[in-house]
Amino acid sequence: MIAKLVLENLKHKPMRSLLSVFLIAVPVTLILCLVGLSHGMLEDSARRMRGIGADIIVRPPGTSVLTLSGAPIPEKMLSVLQQQSHVALAVGMMVHPITSVTYVTGLDLHSFNQISGGFKYLEGGPFRGPDDAIIDQYYARQNRLHAGDRINGMLNRSWHVSGVVESGKLTRVAVPIRTLQDLTGNTGKISQLFIKADAPANIPTVLAELKQLLPDYNIYTMEEFTSLFTVDTVQGGALRNFIDVMIAIGVVIGFAVVLLSMYMAVLQRTREIGILKALGASRWFILKIILAEAAVLGIGGAIVGIALSFAARALIQALYPASLTQAVTPEWWPIAAGISLVGVLLGALYPGLSAARLDPIEALAYE
Amino acid sequence: MSEPLIEIRELHKIYRVGKVDVPALRGVDLEVPAGEFLAIVGPSGSGKSTLFHIIGGLTPPSAGSVRIGGQDISSLTDAGRTSLRKDKVGFVFQKFNLLPNLTAGDNIAIARHIAGREQKPEPEFEEVLKLLGISNRLDHKPAALSGGEQQRVAMARAIVNHPAILLADEPTGNLDSENSTAVLEVMRDLNRRLGQTILMITHNPEAAAFGHRTVRMRDGRIVLSDQVHENLL
Repeated sequence: MIAKLVLENLKHKPMRSLLSVFLIAVPVTLILCLVGLSHGMLEDSARRMRGIGADIIVRPPGTSVLTLSGAPIPEKMLSVLQQQSHVALAVGMMVHPITSVTYVTGLDLHSFNQISGGFKYLEGGPFRGPDDAIIDQYYARQNRLHAGDRINGMLNRSWHVSGVVESGKLTRVAVPIRTLQDLTGNTGKISQLFIKADAPANIPTVLAELKQLLPDYNIYTMEEFTSLFTVDTVQGGALRNFIDVMIAIGVVIGFAVVLLSMYMAVLQRTREIGILKALGASRWFILKIILAEAAVLGIGGAIVGIALSFAARALIQALYPASLTQAVTPEWWPIAAGISLVGVLLGALYPGLSAARLDPIEALAYE
Repeated sequence: MSEPLIEIRELHKIYRVGKVDVPALRGVDLEVPAGEFLAIVGPSGSGKSTLFHIIGGLTPPSAGSVRIGGQDISSLTDAGRTSLRKDKVGFVFQKFNLLPNLTAGDNIAIARHIAGREQKPEPEFEEVLKLLGISNRLDHKPAALSGGEQQRVAMARAIVNHPAILLADEPTGNLDSENSTAVLEVMRDLNRRLGQTILMITHNPEAAAFGHRTVRMRDGRIVLSDQVHENLL
């Protein structure tokens, strides 16, 4: 009977109910988008790192998992490492940011092809000149580029797109390493090194030798390195803190929306609450009705919020396929729904208790 | 007549309005035997509704005693008065006071639900619905019912849990004369056939004449009682 009363109450003011559901859905969508983007972009970075096909990565001192600053490693180190026992191949690359989330990578295409098996070209082909660039399919789609087009303004220069490649190998934009080194004043310098061992069984040996040889450097197996691409490790846990702040904001928004919505509902239904009290309804009965109504709004908001996160994902994929990757995170659905429910139930508590405490005579006289 | 169902002694009620005490009842004494249909008349502000609210457990008295079926309700807690409303009293209001979002049938059902009686009303209640003339109107929401029908639904809701007392506060105040007569006849039938004790507030002498007896209130006191109507004889 309570369920019927709650549903009829919600149906009686459909706009108020739908607006409340939508407003509760917004923080749910925000949380799911934020978590989805965090996971998606980290997974995408890890996938592209693994796509290089290297066994070990060597990064300069003082670098974090996701960021590199400049190119501090002398290129001649490559030949030193190449001489190490069980090292089949040592490849250096230079990385330079072009936006806050996109990097251009300077490659020696010959050695890159050796270690990774080479790009799979969807259009065009390899570099033919110093101003050529290879872009992946998502960067091409986001910027509406094809082989033969020009990229203007990247590092204050005009680049010729020599090829569009399948995504999944290291970078979205690659240019010849010499050009990038000269353009950024890093001639003879590289940002990081990738090592291929002569056999998988020898990877630990190579790793140990490299750590001994370069004690200040960050040296990982690729498996170990890509496992660090989590929200808890990025920027010393700052991403996790950011997500926590967004969750708190979600709870506050859900709380405020439902507080206002249910407060209005209680005001509008003062007389009906008086009727229920005249029939012998207890305070708990009245509170239950208000909380149940808020819970229905919260569950509706969670479902709509999850649906909207898919819509946001589709929009992001259409507009920014290269810059932003949003993963679907079903493990977060119950968490986001729980967060929304906590917010709405807290928000409904004050109006519910106010309704429960109403004097029946005053409530019945309410016009 | 049997033992008094309602015994009221020296009943006082004072409302605090701002910083001023306003006496609404100034020593009411009243006895109502079970099965009586009592009309209470009097001008506005005479204390009729306050008396109803105390008998119905909507508010506690300031002084005096009220016994219903032998139980003193004057010192009940809020929860105790809630139980009283649930188990012993049924209300019918001038403005019908049906829940607008529920159908007539659900308005009756929710009263049973609140009383903790989940099962459908007893088969005899079908007869009551027929007597009230609303058997075929139970699927309609209040907005689709006439005033008379709404008031009869309110009456069905008030008696569905077999309360000891039916309190009707100006039940014909919002009805035309035809519907008023129909509602009053139904109340008289309920009283006669089911032995339902009814207390009815009214301004209308013709409505009051449907009761066994009329008491008149003025300035918080009963000024005239035991005006017995012919229909009791």
